[in-house]
Amino acid sequence: MTSTGEILQVEASDFLIEEFLATEQKKDLLRFSTAGSVDDGKSTLIGRLLYDSRNVYEDQIRSVTGTQVGQKQPTIDFAQLTDGLRAEREQGITIDVAYRYFSTQRRKFIIADTPGHEQYTRNMATGASTADLAIILIDARKGILTQSRRHAYIASLLGIRHLVAAINKMDLVDFSQDVYQAIEKDFRELVASFGKASLVTIPVSALDGDNVVEPSERMPWYSGPTLLEHLEEVPAWTEEKDLGFRLPVQRVIRPDQYYRGFAGQIASGTVRKGDTIVALPSGRTSRIASITTFDGDLEEASAPQSIALTLEDELDISRGDVIADVARPPQHATSIEASLVWFDGHRLETHRPYLLKHGTQTLSARVTRVLHRTNILTLQQEAVNSLGMNDIGVVEIDTVRALYFDPYEQNRASGNFILIDVKSNATVAAGMIRRGIEAGATSGTPKHKAALLSIPDSTLADLVEQQLLADACAVVRTRVPSEHLWRALLSIGAIVILEDIATERVDAALKSSPGSAVTVKAFDSVDDSNDTDRLTKFIEDLRNEGVLPAHEESH
Amino acid sequence: MTTLATNKHETISGPRLTHLQLLEAESIQIFREVASEFQKPVMLYSIGKDSSVMLRLAQKAFYPGLIPFPLLHVDTGYKFHEMIEFRDTLAKDLGLNLLVWRNEQALADGANPVRLGTQRCCGLLKTTALLDGLREHGFDAAFGGARRDEEKSRAKERIFSFRDRAGQWDPKNQRPEIWNLYNSRISPGESIRVFPLSNWTELDIWHYILLEDIPIVPLYFAKERRMIVRGDSLIPVEQSFVQTLPGEEQWVKSRLRSLGCSPCTGAIRSDADTIPKIIAELVSFRSSERANRVIDHDQDGSMEIKKREGYF
Ligand SMILES: Nc1nc2c(ncn2[C@@H]2O[C@H](COP(=O)(O)OP(=O)(O)O)[C@@H](O)[C@H]2O)c(=O)[nH]1
Ligand SMILES: [Mg+2]
Repeated sequence: MTSTGEILQVEASDFLIEEFLATEQKKDLLRFSTAGSVDDGKSTLIGRLLYDSRNVYEDQIRSVTGTQVGQKQPTIDFAQLTDGLRAEREQGITIDVAYRYFSTQRRKFIIADTPGHEQYTRNMATGASTADLAIILIDARKGILTQSRRHAYIASLLGIRHLVAAINKMDLVDFSQDVYQAIEKDFRELVASFGKASLVTIPVSALDGDNVVEPSERMPWYSGPTLLEHLEEVPAWTEEKDLGFRLPVQRVIRPDQYYRGFAGQIASGTVRKGDTIVALPSGRTSRIASITTFDGDLEEASAPQSIALTLEDELDISRGDVIADVARPPQHATSIEASLVWFDGHRLETHRPYLLKHGTQTLSARVTRVLHRTNILTLQQEAVNSLGMNDIGVVEIDTVRALYFDPYEQNRASGNFILIDVKSNATVAAGMIRRGIEAGATSGTPKHKAALLSIPDSTLADLVEQQLLADACAVVRTRVPSEHLWRALLSIGAIVILEDIATERVDAALKSSPGSAVTVKAFDSVDDSNDTDRLTKFIEDLRNEGVLPAHEESH
Repeated sequence: MTTLATNKHETISGPRLTHLQLLEAESIQIFREVASEFQKPVMLYSIGKDSSVMLRLAQKAFYPGLIPFPLLHVDTGYKFHEMIEFRDTLAKDLGLNLLVWRNEQALADGANPVRLGTQRCCGLLKTTALLDGLREHGFDAAFGGARRDEEKSRAKERIFSFRDRAGQWDPKNQRPEIWNLYNSRISPGESIRVFPLSNWTELDIWHYILLEDIPIVPLYFAKERRMIVRGDSLIPVEQSFVQTLPGEEQWVKSRLRSLGCSPCTGAIRSDADTIPKIIAELVSFRSSERANRVIDHDQDGSMEIKKREGYF
């Protein structure tokens, strides 16, 4: 195994800079997080990893070297290399994510060293959300503690594919293979019970360096890779295979009247010049005219590149819209089921509006129901009606406009969101979409808007319904005079036909909630007129009012 | 025990991006997000290498449009003249909207690091000036070129770093920052400092400058310069407040590793007069870059204290 250390030892004079830069330029990037209970040795392990791979500067080492009482040799406090804040150094604990950077000949690494205390779980999630791999530390003397379980669970929930269990402080258990194997077995079962992440376990002594960078001579029974060897081997950019192209539009770039570029970071997939795309929510299609970058136009671009697209047609697209592969568009729904990790000190309040940020759009949303909370210790689902700080659960959320998404399991970038408290502006939760739960949560574009149609008799209702179904609209007929039911149906985007319900009642119900943007339309019954004509006019009016899409002009 | 084998058959599809391409894409995303979600953003431009990279990334983010926000240079009045010349030429060449802010009152009162000590001097000429400049213009988001690998308290900084009405940082109560979904919501008077280079290392910066051919201040390149030589330290002769002893002032082939105020920035002996040589020196040197800045060593955790007070 080679590391930058070897390069660093070479004198500047015989240093082959061209060769170094050529190697440097080819390196990819692995992001990993470390997690575990407090005092398991995370900070020490990272300090050791940096030190042994020679990524620590001499002046940094000097500032953390001290002579302990009763010792002759000055020793390095490895944990102090990573614990940055005064409060942490004073208390000897880690309260927030510390990011560390190091590299070997093969790749660059970004470490998110995350805190172990339960109260800082949100900082752990912060560090893990962008990681390709998570290292979970376990103190060999203590076995698997709650925090290790919690972190392994959150790492799986966040979709981290590679888990590493570093069984630490092996020097304090006489490098016992039995101790190691017992923990390994338990942990493997635990990880298998909640996810599909791959697991590698490694016995280490962070303090002495065994199996961190160099193989341990004191554990001849272990033949697997050292931690660093594994970090260098594991696939870093495992693009979820075969995902559809998605570009959440961050900004429209318009320097003059000739150029109109839709700028964003590709969330998934690949786009090529000439590809047909669909713009959502408008549902209009066009083809890619160019992929613009400062360094010249590209023939194709892939996630996670930041680019700008121009289209062959003038479509009305703005920030918050999504440009997607027309053959494989994302799902859409105004009601979703999602996993939440609750961060805030104030508990989740159902039916209260929060801001939901998904991709580049921020909209108002309400949690309508908490389905369950997961007990980290037992992994049991518990029935609760709210979530508190550090709780993990599954909820249903209604949004005021449609979300264009993929389930998080399939596509991390288009399945994630955060919730923001409208009053305090705090980021209160991280969310992962499991599925859309509206009647028409199919792939594709909604062609219609929710509306309430009051129709006096069932023959007419039949005709309207048939017409709407022919237009592929989600239609529901009801005779139930329940305002609550109507709202529920409207909130999932349906066109609701109210049969034989007094108009006054409909009007009264809707007046009681001003601000509702739903179109309400009554089909007045006049006995002597021609039903077919009036039907045509009724449908035409719905088009004019935007409930039904305008007739497509083909281009 | 290992399941390494199970990882091997996972296929890597799509063109693989290098670490610099990934960092660039991330930074551009941050620029676009801030420019779209804030009323009045500004980019703090310090003339150094990190600012030079930040500027190039901003150009890329809005290309073919122009950078949609101004640049603000907080001028302490003690910057090297080569920095100021570089700044003014660049602003003209690129058509940048460059604002300059100085704490004129403190300078008129004779603020300098010898009279006040480095801590108070920095407080007045950097931190106070910065906060005044931001407040006076009503900026609600300010980009800074700080990197997490520079210093331990910076390693804990979020990309979107929330500041209260006094511009202060509360390291114990940072907003969670999940995926790339940044929370831009603030109340009037509050602001966000944004660090698009958070995940870049010093080596990444130099490598990118080389690959992108980004112009930088000539002070980074070694040449014969007048220096006060005292022990291991080289103090540039420019507005120096150090009393020179006979024979201390010499011509030395030297350069600066990071650009600060001339009285407080030490130089190093060096032959590195090209970017590849600077990189070669960097990887063989093993001394972190801020080590030869006087200010960070005032006291244990001094950077964290300055940051809490509002410094970048
Ligand atoms: N004997 C022994 N002690 C260790 C080892 N790793 C860490 N420690 C000690 O455990 C304590 C907690 O370590 P630290 O890295 O701060 O833990 P963290 O809270 O997980 O970051 C410190 O006193 C370390 O020196 C190890 O492998 N062997
Ligand atoms: Mg720690």
